[in-house]
Amino acid sequence: MMHIFRDLQKELGDFVYDAYTHHGDAVAIIDRKAIHEVCSYLRQQKNFDFLFDLTCVDYPDRTPRFEVVYQLHSFATGERLRLKVPVDERDPQVISVSDIWDIANWYEREVWDMFGVRFKGHPDLRRLLMYDEFKGHPLRKDYPITRRQPLVGPDKTNNSVISPTLEQSRQAMDEYVTEENGLKVKHMFLNVGPSHPAMHGVVRIVVELDGEKVVGSDLGIGYLHRSFEKHSESIYYNGVFPYTDRLNYVSPLINNVGYALAVEKLLGIETTERCKFIRMIMCEISRIADHLTCIGAMAMELGAMTAFLYFMEAREAMYQLIEEVTGARVTISYVRVGGVKSEFPDNFEKRVRLQLKSVEEQIDQVHRLLTRNRIFVDRVRDVAVISLDDAISYGFTGPMLRACGSDYDVRKQFSYCNYDQIDFEVPVGENGDVFDRYLVRMEEIEQSIRIIDQAFEKMPAGAIMVDFEGQEIPADKMADLGKFGQTSGLLNQVAVTDPTLLGSNAAFHSQVYTADKRVALPAKEKTYGSIEGLINHFMLIMEGYGIRPPGGEAYVPVEGANGELGFYVVSDGSDKAYRVRCRPPCFSFVAGFSKLIQGGQLADIVPAFGSINMIAGELDR
Amino acid sequence: MGLRGLFGGDNVVTTKLDDAIGWARKFSLFPYPFVTACCGMEYMSASSSHYDLDRLGAAFPRFSPRQADMLMCVGTVSQKIAPVLRRVYDQMCEPKYVVAFGVCTCTGGFYNDYSTVMGIDTILPVDVYIPGCPPRPETVIQGLMLLQDKIQKQKQEY
Repeated sequence: MMHIFRDLQKELGDFVYDAYTHHGDAVAIIDRKAIHEVCSYLRQQKNFDFLFDLTCVDYPDRTPRFEVVYQLHSFATGERLRLKVPVDERDPQVISVSDIWDIANWYEREVWDMFGVRFKGHPDLRRLLMYDEFKGHPLRKDYPITRRQPLVGPDKTNNSVISPTLEQSRQAMDEYVTEENGLKVKHMFLNVGPSHPAMHGVVRIVVELDGEKVVGSDLGIGYLHRSFEKHSESIYYNGVFPYTDRLNYVSPLINNVGYALAVEKLLGIETTERCKFIRMIMCEISRIADHLTCIGAMAMELGAMTAFLYFMEAREAMYQLIEEVTGARVTISYVRVGGVKSEFPDNFEKRVRLQLKSVEEQIDQVHRLLTRNRIFVDRVRDVAVISLDDAISYGFTGPMLRACGSDYDVRKQFSYCNYDQIDFEVPVGENGDVFDRYLVRMEEIEQSIRIIDQAFEKMPAGAIMVDFEGQEIPADKMADLGKFGQTSGLLNQVAVTDPTLLGSNAAFHSQVYTADKRVALPAKEKTYGSIEGLINHFMLIMEGYGIRPPGGEAYVPVEGANGELGFYVVSDGSDKAYRVRCRPPCFSFVAGFSKLIQGGQLADIVPAFGSINMIAGELDR
Repeated sequence: MGLRGLFGGDNVVTTKLDDAIGWARKFSLFPYPFVTACCGMEYMSASSSHYDLDRLGAAFPRFSPRQADMLMCVGTVSQKIAPVLRRVYDQMCEPKYVVAFGVCTCTGGFYNDYSTVMGIDTILPVDVYIPGCPPRPETVIQGLMLLQDKIQKQKQEY
């Protein structure tokens, strides 16, 4: 990284306040006047072709108050660079970089919406997640989390749903008259969503049509904004996991792992080997469920109901596996900072292999149903094509980018959870159309099965079961004994827990939790049987104590089912995160969706939207 | 006595008109799935073959509010989408029923924040609340059966 700092200092030294590495990430602090120059220099001279995140942090006690954060990646060298731009409260304005990277357009709109930082030269600086009537900027520290501004209710009379954007489009209809071959052509505006069967979840698309051809479109998102980032700032570190479940709710385990890895990076701890493999296996099971849902839903929207029903059946098998381990089907809250909640139940490996075999059969069936099906192929081939350069400029990752021909995969590039010990391939498409995305996802399911297979073989053995005959005590009884002070001998006994809480007793604890006492709750036996354990437990549970990473920030990417899912966690040393930013992979797909459907047919919107696998929870957070 | 005796045999069932209409209505529920969030995953599970909501006559989704008579509100309702939900409800024809699917629609759940509506009953009347985050398919089926009971027992308008 040093050579970039050196060149940057040489070229634009006056504007670079500081440059350093922090937790292994290169960081440079840039004057706000020069951010455009620096970015175009880095893009053109240094090959930083991928802006993967742009966000902001609010420090009300500091001057300048805001810090806009740009995160760059170079596909050529694999290097990453974080730029920080301090911005003063009195004139919160930065020069827009939306002409350098297309994705910056939406990122900047989000920062304006959430923090009230303006971007000079931005073509269309409207609110993105909140509605136009909303007053204030919710992610500023001085905006209370419960200050509501309802649009509808008993005291509201105006229940109109027409947004200003659509209203303007309608008014403009008469002006959109063009002459073609002596005929007057009038463009038509069509509103799709937010409640529409093909919009899975809630997105609104306003398309401008010339006959059946899409000539322009505008997307409205934010209908499922649930203030994930604000909640994460107001709850202790482990309390964020339930909120991460509900980001990408089709593969919640991957979100859990991503957030845990970011906090672990801040703390500088590693989990145990077995825990890493457990996380890997659960991530891959989640990825399979996600791809099954995506392909199934897309096929259903094109009329292939059978494929949907087959894949729902296969997904049901995945849900049952997840439930056996975590106790829940969808919102699992399984991972903890420094470990996971529970060990695998008995004979889990056998059941996984059995279920995966049935998934493989379903995939074969669906291949036979769809892959050479003329009706399906005609609907998806050469539809919603995007070139590799455009895809990178729009910040695409995951299957969407790989369908365009790039082999970028976080699991290979920035290995985590021992993925580097596993032999798997990254499927790559070549045309960047809906058909290639379908094929990439189908192949990824098979690769995930391969990964799970190997992970079970490489995994270190589980808990050493000692014969504690006659010394087992139900965990709730142990808690009662502990509360009454009858603690003698508890240390030598074994707490019997529910199978989904197997990580909390001594036999399994050391396998799935790190030994670091700053983050891991002690095993049940230690909590109730020894004063050290009790104090340790108390220190982690009490508000104001808990897990307290040292001040600093960390960004950790993981390969979500949709692409690079990143968590940028800023700590101020207290027991709550100062700022948690989630880099949602499908945000960039939706930002680039106008580009995808431009010039296509109206009916192509449905397969195109199915192929981007938009998950509203992750998109709007 | 009565009709049964008059016509003879077991080919005739006598009932009250209200009961007959209730019986017909409760097995022909056409849902409008207003699916916004995580609960949609369990809605998909519940309505596809493994759990099969079709057994209750309530699996065929209608995406036009004019054709639907059960508004299934599945998932968190934010302030931004609340007017849309209200509009969909207003467009539905009587008799209409509302099912609050998942705890976010019942009370707002753990999303006590600036962007979430604290329960859809603050903006429209609800017939059945199905709690859970998300509710398991079994809970959904139970909720639907409760709604069927309610339809059967209510005074019918026709």
